[in-house]
Amino acid sequence: MVPISYYLVLSAILFSIGVAAFLIKRNIISIFMSIELMLNAVNLSFVAFAHQWHQVSGQIFVFFVMVVAAAEAAVGLAIIIAIFRSRSTLNVDQVDLMKL
Amino acid sequence: MHLVLFFIFGGLCVAGALNLLFQRHPINSALSLIVVMSSLAVLYLLLGAEFLAAAQVIVYSGAIMVLFTFVIMLLNAGREERTHGSKAAYAIGIPGAAALFAALTYIFLSNGTHLSSASLGEYLVTTDALSRVLFRDLLLPFEVTSVLILVAVLGAVALARKEN
Amino acid sequence: MLSVLKVIVVTVILLTAVAYTVLLERKVVGRIQNRWGPSRVGPFGLLQPLVDGIKLFLKEDLMPSGVYKPLYVLAPIIALSCALMSISMVPFGENIHYKGVDLFQISDINIGLLVVLGISSIGVYGIALSGWSSNNKYSLLGALRASAQIVSYELALGLSVIGVVLRSQSFRLRDIVDVQAKHGLLSWNVFGGFQLVAFFIYLMAAFAETNRTPFDLPEAESELTAGYHTEYSSMKFAMFFMAEYGNMITVGCVATLLFLGGWTSPFGNFFPAIGGPVVQALLPVFWFVIKVFFFLFLYIWVRGTLPRFRYDQLMGFGWKFLMPLAIANIIATSLWLAFRAA
Repeated sequence: MVPISYYLVLSAILFSIGVAAFLIKRNIISIFMSIELMLNAVNLSFVAFAHQWHQVSGQIFVFFVMVVAAAEAAVGLAIIIAIFRSRSTLNVDQVDLMKL
Repeated sequence: MHLVLFFIFGGLCVAGALNLLFQRHPINSALSLIVVMSSLAVLYLLLGAEFLAAAQVIVYSGAIMVLFTFVIMLLNAGREERTHGSKAAYAIGIPGAAALFAALTYIFLSNGTHLSSASLGEYLVTTDALSRVLFRDLLLPFEVTSVLILVAVLGAVALARKEN
Repeated sequence: MLSVLKVIVVTVILLTAVAYTVLLERKVVGRIQNRWGPSRVGPFGLLQPLVDGIKLFLKEDLMPSGVYKPLYVLAPIIALSCALMSISMVPFGENIHYKGVDLFQISDINIGLLVVLGISSIGVYGIALSGWSSNNKYSLLGALRASAQIVSYELALGLSVIGVVLRSQSFRLRDIVDVQAKHGLLSWNVFGGFQLVAFFIYLMAAFAETNRTPFDLPEAESELTAGYHTEYSSMKFAMFFMAEYGNMITVGCVATLLFLGGWTSPFGNFFPAIGGPVVQALLPVFWFVIKVFFFLFLYIWVRGTLPRFRYDQLMGFGWKFLMPLAIANIIATSLWLAFRAA
């Protein structure tokens, strides 16, 4: 027996670590990865709530989040490759000009 | 049994996430994120979401993170250096995340009495039940996401190709 | 207790099978190239795998100075364990229980097929990390090729099995075989289920997933010396080697289950049942092994026959040919099933 609130607290921990990593990391790929971590944390709470109310729709939500995350990863990584090609750096502090 | 499994894999999740935060090399961060995602798949199984657990491993650990490691290797990303942005980020990031965590945990624990608890094998969503909802009630959103994926693929190709 | 024993027995059999697949490959490729292959150690060279194992075990375990040690050590372990894990989902014979233990399958779960796909998709990290941590340009190129190739062909692989799943309406491997059991050969998915195209796509994609010729670009020895395992020696190299052959056996098992009717006899109920209950229990295992052997032979035959793809041809084949074909197959299969149900 595990209370659902434990799962929610775990998801809160993961989400907060994701937020901290998003703010602290300077490498653009690491920043992108912390976004994925936050998405995963939210997914966990969706699944936990789906279990709480015995509703399938919570799991459907996670399914859609996964699909969107896959699309986002493809486009995001393409953008990262394009940035690296024009600036030859991955540090976000050095990618601060609007024009090339 | 459920509690033990929860603490093992929940602990793995937290350890992986912290490792992601503290490692300075992106490939180490990527690997710890894979650990987090795979342990989350086990937690999904504990919560009776068997299809999602498999999808989590196949989509997240097996495809998205492979793309991440691929890009890290392709761009030969090295250790990240500390720059002027780092200090401000540390000053805001750590307390901000801690405050967020405290607020969320307070809400969850104070309202936790209204929530039930989960035990092993008590609730299982079969792939059949999941697909019935997905393809009957939510067919339109499903089709829209397929268009989204198509657009994303085209966009990725357009963005990553060399301009001549 | 019995279940633990079962796991150990299956692992030992699998590792032995891996060793003898290597011997089979050397023998068959030898005959294809008009030479004998290993024939000195034991009768027909049958003890060769044992000697090879001892040799690899006793070699010096080199650790190059430039490598990133944690990942360098971790990579072969990931590769081998992923190759060995998926066998736990595979049913080898009829659903026979002895003292509450399923005799011919380690674990029978609802999403068995998905778990096999998931484990095989994790396996790529072994190759990717070995190439990256070796700090060697050939290894890195091999690893890059491997990850791009496996992500691309995983799509075709996943789409090709959907036709089979549509027919059996389950991800459970036993259900998938049960659908094909009625009329022997005629009800196998590859013939009776009209999944010949899916079978072809699955084979191509599985060849690419296991990095075998003609898709062996990650370790193309004429371009990249040895690709991702250039820097490995001794047992670490042996682990990659065993992982490759373990993956071959897994692919053979899964292809047998999905398309060739698993453990069912090709003659259905045409011949009357012979022998006692023990023979009746072991005969399906015999058919299963024969079918897996066919796939292993096919792997080796292809290796002895076809040249390697060029890299752009590989990507074009996966994305522009196999994937549209797989989608067309899904549409055709679902139309056929809907028509039959109506």
